[in-house]
Amino acid sequence: MNTPLRADLAALSPWIPEGARILDLGCGDGGLLAHLAARRGVHGYGLEIDPANVAACVARGVNVIQADLDQGLSDFADGAFDVVVMSQALQALQRPDAVVAEMLRVGQSAIVTFPNFGHWRVRRALLAGRMPVTPSLPERWFDTPNIHLCTVADFEDLCARRGWSISRRALLDRRHRESLAIRLLPNLFCEQALYELRRPGR
Amino acid sequence: MNTPVGSVGVVTPQKLVFEEALALDCGRSLPRFELMVETYGQLNAAASNAVLICHALSGDHHAAGLHSEDDSKPGWWDNCIGPGKPIDTDRFFVVALNNLGGCKGSTGPVSLNPDNGQPYGPDFPLLTVGDWVRSQARLADRLGIRQWAAVIGGSLGGMQVQQWAIEFPARIRHAVVIASAPELSAQNIAFNEIARQAILSDPDFHGGRYYEQGTVPSRGLKLARMLGHITYLSDEAMRAKFGAELKAATPAFNFDVEFEVESYLRHQGQSFVDRFDANTYLLMTKALDYFDPARDAGGSLVDAYRAAQAKFLVIAFASDWRFSPARSREIVRALVAAGRAVSYAEIDSQLGHDDFLMPIPQYHGVLRTYLARVAEEGP
Repeated sequence: MNTPLRADLAALSPWIPEGARILDLGCGDGGLLAHLAARRGVHGYGLEIDPANVAACVARGVNVIQADLDQGLSDFADGAFDVVVMSQALQALQRPDAVVAEMLRVGQSAIVTFPNFGHWRVRRALLAGRMPVTPSLPERWFDTPNIHLCTVADFEDLCARRGWSISRRALLDRRHRESLAIRLLPNLFCEQALYELRRPGR
Repeated sequence: MNTPVGSVGVVTPQKLVFEEALALDCGRSLPRFELMVETYGQLNAAASNAVLICHALSGDHHAAGLHSEDDSKPGWWDNCIGPGKPIDTDRFFVVALNNLGGCKGSTGPVSLNPDNGQPYGPDFPLLTVGDWVRSQARLADRLGIRQWAAVIGGSLGGMQVQQWAIEFPARIRHAVVIASAPELSAQNIAFNEIARQAILSDPDFHGGRYYEQGTVPSRGLKLARMLGHITYLSDEAMRAKFGAELKAATPAFNFDVEFEVESYLRHQGQSFVDRFDANTYLLMTKALDYFDPARDAGGSLVDAYRAAQAKFLVIAFASDWRFSPARSREIVRALVAAGRAVSYAEIDSQLGHDDFLMPIPQYHGVLRTYLARVAEEGP
């Protein structure tokens, strides 16, 4: 129960307003929801596909709904949540664009985090003719769950095309810190990207 | 004494008599009624650790333990209720009953009608899930239980759990709804109707007055149960269990039992006739058909659940087509829309609807974990 919050979750949790109604997609063992419930009076639900994680959520008293994100969010009404969070799951989805659209349907805002495939380590590996294995992307090509990797530039391009406005972003290194290098050349030096999105007109 | 590990041991059912009339949804009332009850574990001083077990279509008050030391079969949910089991009798005071209208000792069609001293038979009023829950509330009063720590039930039992949460929101802290549905589908009702027609059209049924005639509508009840059993199992489970192999080397070209599945169904049907009453079966299937909390709330399941205060755990089984996971997700969806606390687990399973009675590790694991929290957090 007292395990420290995963770094990506610690980085995004200040973005969640006090008392918000939230939906956490791919909520894992429920760490973020438990943390936010205790510290920020947030209430909500997690969606999780893995039975062991579902049991872990139940054990910490987090509301968890066993579900496959690729099946969409049809169980939830339009605008039912203040914030819909999805951390480190975008790149493992069948249709990441469809899921983000669903997040913005059921949420007033969406927070998405993903590893940046534009990072120099990735580029170096590809230049050498090999699929990248980096601290942020530790799996090999044949056993990785990541099937839709993107760069910071790709993601922002998708947002522009779909009319999703970026209300906040944080481009961080793998320890989830900011740096001068990232500020100067974000797509080359960012390892972990955090975005808060809104539908236009919000 | 040779008590199996984790067993509540030898238990003695008790009959509780309620002398105050119970008004029923059909407009009639029962002047008095009796409920057969078993309890396991100890009620704590604050009476805050009580758990109610609601049974399904053919269940009864004998949920756990043995009735004598040489009893061959334990209660129907013995794999889940007992010391150290998911419904842990070291922590909870567990109450199981035979519902009103049942045939295992609670007031029902086989009981004597005080008006004429004859068995009620077809004169016994048809009941609803709401009627059951109101009679269970009387039982809670009698046992000194103001609020259940949890009400737990599978299938038709899960409907009673939902009704408890909606109708007595202050009297239930946790609602555990297993392999259930927010109402029956047309397909479910259709199966029930065929089961009823099998009984009603049996010449030995005599309009429900077969007790006086000295007959039993065993053909009809047997057919009803055979039909039910098909719906409790998945196609895959039947395939795995029976295949389509002939019992003999060659076909006999007659209507004797030739396939394993025929022999299974006939056995299930026959053993049911020996232990169950046809009028009760009719009544139970009607209670299932009538259950529809959305209808009671003006057509909205979400509105129905707004009244609830309990935290919910909803569990469904992947291979269950009688009460499929999609039906449980309807419950979950409405609970979320109503802002209620709910967790939902979908269990990988093979057997079908009957899986809710099986000790599947993933299933019992979630139940055990959830109930451990219920025990720890208290009221």
